[in-house]
Amino acid sequence: MTLPWLTILLLLPILGSVVVALLPARLGGPLPKLVGLGFSVLTLVLAIGIAVAYQPGTGLQFAEEVTWIDLFGAHYALGLDGIGLTLVLLTVILTPIVMLASWEDGETGRWGAKGLFAWMLALEGLSIGVFAATDVFLFYVFFEATLIPVYFMVAGYGGPRRVQAAVKFLLYSLAGGLVMLASVIGLYVVSADSEGGPTYLVSELAQLDIGTAAGRWMFVGFFIAFAIKAPMFPVHTWLPDTTEQATPGTSVLLVSVLDKIGTFGMIRFCLEIFPEASRWATPVVIVLAVFSILYGALMAIGSQNISRLIAYTSVSHFGFIVLGIFVMNSQGLAGANLYMFNHGLSTAALFLVTGYLISRRGSARIEDFGGVEKVAPVLAGLMLVAGLSSLALPGLSPFVSELLVMVGAFVYSPWVAAFAVLGIVLAAIYVLWLYQRTMTGPVHEGVAGMRDLGLREIGALAPLVALIVALGFYPQPLLDVINPAVDHTMSQVEKSDPRPTVTEGEAQE
Amino acid sequence: MNGFDAPKIEYFTVSPILIVLGVAVIGVLVEAFAPRKLRYPLQVGTALVGLAAAFATSVVVFARLNPFAGDVKAGKVVAEGALAADGPAVFCWLLVLVLGALSVLLFAERRLEAGVVGFAGQAAALPGTEAEREASTSGLEHTEVFPLIMFAIGGMLLFPAANDLLTMFVALEVLSLPLYLLCGLARRRRLLSQEAALKYFLLGAFSSGFFVYGIALVYGYAGSMGFAQIAAAVQADGGERGLLLAGIALISVGLLFKVGAAPFHSWTPDVYQGAPTAVTAFMAAATKVAAFGALLRLFYVAFGGNRTDWTPMIWAVAILTMVVGSVLAISQTDIKRMLAYSSIAHAGFILTGFLGIRSLDEVAAGGLTGVSAVLFYLTTYGFTTLAAFAIVTLVRDGGGEATHLARWQGLGKESPLVAGAFAFLLLAMAGIPLTSGFTGKWAVFAAALQVGAWPVVIVAVLMSAVAAYFYVRVIVLMFFSEPVGDGPSVTTPSIMTSVVIGFGVLATLVLGIVPGALIDVLGRVGVFIR
Repeated sequence: MTLPWLTILLLLPILGSVVVALLPARLGGPLPKLVGLGFSVLTLVLAIGIAVAYQPGTGLQFAEEVTWIDLFGAHYALGLDGIGLTLVLLTVILTPIVMLASWEDGETGRWGAKGLFAWMLALEGLSIGVFAATDVFLFYVFFEATLIPVYFMVAGYGGPRRVQAAVKFLLYSLAGGLVMLASVIGLYVVSADSEGGPTYLVSELAQLDIGTAAGRWMFVGFFIAFAIKAPMFPVHTWLPDTTEQATPGTSVLLVSVLDKIGTFGMIRFCLEIFPEASRWATPVVIVLAVFSILYGALMAIGSQNISRLIAYTSVSHFGFIVLGIFVMNSQGLAGANLYMFNHGLSTAALFLVTGYLISRRGSARIEDFGGVEKVAPVLAGLMLVAGLSSLALPGLSPFVSELLVMVGAFVYSPWVAAFAVLGIVLAAIYVLWLYQRTMTGPVHEGVAGMRDLGLREIGALAPLVALIVALGFYPQPLLDVINPAVDHTMSQVEKSDPRPTVTEGEAQE
Repeated sequence: MNGFDAPKIEYFTVSPILIVLGVAVIGVLVEAFAPRKLRYPLQVGTALVGLAAAFATSVVVFARLNPFAGDVKAGKVVAEGALAADGPAVFCWLLVLVLGALSVLLFAERRLEAGVVGFAGQAAALPGTEAEREASTSGLEHTEVFPLIMFAIGGMLLFPAANDLLTMFVALEVLSLPLYLLCGLARRRRLLSQEAALKYFLLGAFSSGFFVYGIALVYGYAGSMGFAQIAAAVQADGGERGLLLAGIALISVGLLFKVGAAPFHSWTPDVYQGAPTAVTAFMAAATKVAAFGALLRLFYVAFGGNRTDWTPMIWAVAILTMVVGSVLAISQTDIKRMLAYSSIAHAGFILTGFLGIRSLDEVAAGGLTGVSAVLFYLTTYGFTTLAAFAIVTLVRDGGGEATHLARWQGLGKESPLVAGAFAFLLLAMAGIPLTSGFTGKWAVFAAALQVGAWPVVIVAVLMSAVAAYFYVRVIVLMFFSEPVGDGPSVTTPSIMTSVVIGFGVLATLVLGIVPGALIDVLGRVGVFIR
């Protein structure tokens, strides 16, 4: 009898969330925060244990499966493959870091720091559930449930227009989720008509013979939800508004962890369950992805607000990830998977370091800064590292993933690669120009006397920078875990019927 | 004289109905003979005991259908063909009895109005007169509300079990008349309440007229009132089809009026707003169960043979209902009106499940059917909405319930528990997972999709997104807006209202997380006897 490790991993932060929320108010002080941090570190330790015990290879590990709602075909089914494992790791690594970095951000919020930490832990648990779910119904439940903590984190903590931002975020996500619900129910109808009776297990759905038209409709439903989540052009508009208002910590969890659900879902559900429809949609999706890359980069260059700028860089980066997924070759897919992890790290570093900057200055407008590197050299240095990792400098971890995606894109079509590479050039402009305008030049009167980073703040960033550098030089451990899962996905995609030759501009029905 | 056979009545099977109606009559006697002081405890006591007894016998009748294991029995047609005690009917009984008992608890709440029930002290006294003040200061109460609700519950038990058109019409009137009266009995804002009652009565009577005319036409077509005979006539496709179609259309008007479907919904917001909130809660939860139970039986059993004729109409009505309910709810500024429009939208969602009619041989044994999906949705929605209206009764200011949405600002700061519970119920109505609203929506959408009604499902999904907006808006108001002026205050209720809220929230949670057991049972018994 083995222990249900994934269930424990998922429940631990949720338990922590309840404990933190229920701590009596008179015990004030840092205790709730310490308890919250303790739970997140405990989760991290457990997850590292699971990662160590994980055998790189195909198939799901740590699988659990219990029938949940028989008539719906729903199961409580968890399991990890390489893709899920990396994203679970990303979640558990970022949560304690974000807590440490947001140590003081929650005090003035709606429910105090205690509430912020409780919501963070709840989000952590639910995110682990999303990445570990191997049943579509269960995935959907977690997918929607994650909205609740994020909604309250955005609406309760942050800038003056945070409530509107939170509502916008929630409505966008709910709309996407409900469109997906139609497709989820469609899967039930298809599977209920099959011999095995209704089922929602991904492994069984992937074997299912879904009609071409039905498969394409359901694919569209799933894809819309994931595109909103990711976020892709043209359904990205909620992201800049949200990150502008949210605290840096919330933005990190939102962009680095939660938005990965979108791209994760594309791989796990769109590609594996609807391979035919995925190939059918490839031309459109790739055009949208390239559009996202360029549009996000251009908008980032034009942004006057640091938080909005980072949000737009993410739109651009998610374009790369989606591109890597839908070129449908193993280089692109491996690159996209790696990109998800690395983008999480680099965006987290960027959000946190600019968060320090913004909270010191009390403004997020770029024109309010200048010459910061003279007054706060450590902050400036870390911001440079984070920025360089965002533009994928060789030696830093995002470089490897971006290279793989570009190789995949080139294999697919040199034209696509040519357009996508423009995004890399533009990335250099938005990062370096941001650095130049805020950090260099004469000291802006508003930043004179700015404190440099304290020990806690550096402590939160140090593990991120260390990981970015380490994985930049030696990404092999991650690739070892990811590659078998990528091979599995590729075999799913190529299995059904011979691959049509798709060339740029050729209309597929 | 020799040729006369006494009608054979299966007394035990129909005993829930008899008990409830009997207790209602006893309630009238109590009003006539018991001293004023004793009436309240006697009325509440007999009503609850009667409902409990009816529930117990219903459970026995239900258990005889083998709902959990073994061969499912179809139930039987009783009382000379007038009633059908099959799975859906008996399930509706159980549901109506539980919802009814909880409503009785809401009716009996006395702490919120400083020691008296929330109904008019003396309904005959004109609003604003000396007589009204006198009745109010001397602490008069109308304990007649308890026999009235019992009569209404009796009608609601009869309605989904009615197996011929005449019984159905009688049941409709038995459940409607007490409701008309109850709507006009609010203690506060009496003019609004009386207006609601009059509106409900006039429109209700009008729709009953349509219903009766429809009965006459269908009788003209089939030559019988019994559902089985009508079904046979429809199968044979003999007589004048124009009569049948016109009859179906007119009967639909009467029934769709009761469930509050567009375009027959216009009474809903006014009546829900004007009626005493306890009555609104009862109407929103229990009337929907009874009316949809009856609607299902009539259309599936009697008119199932020509469903291709009427399903397009239901498509249109379902779409219109969802759109009207969701879109109009956005601009509401009164919490009761908003919940009224939300109930219209929910009627549309239930109609979506109602579309899931298939011939019996297409349905896998124990699989999801339109009937079981609708019954499941009714269960989830009934408890959620009952608890939501119960919370509305708690938020008060000097003038009674503070139903204007502006008065709900900052409630989360004032009383986080109540606001949290209400937010949870709203999330359930919006269909967020881990609440019963999600599983219910899933079931009705799946039932509709199984018969290829995907355009309706897509509209339903989009309208769910629209509906999410106004539910979220209330949550924003409660948690993220500062209170205006004194702000609202949450009056602590007695144990009775607390039980209703607790039960509703618990049911919403449990049916959201582990709905399996109930759905399995419904999958087994969700077949009408023909």
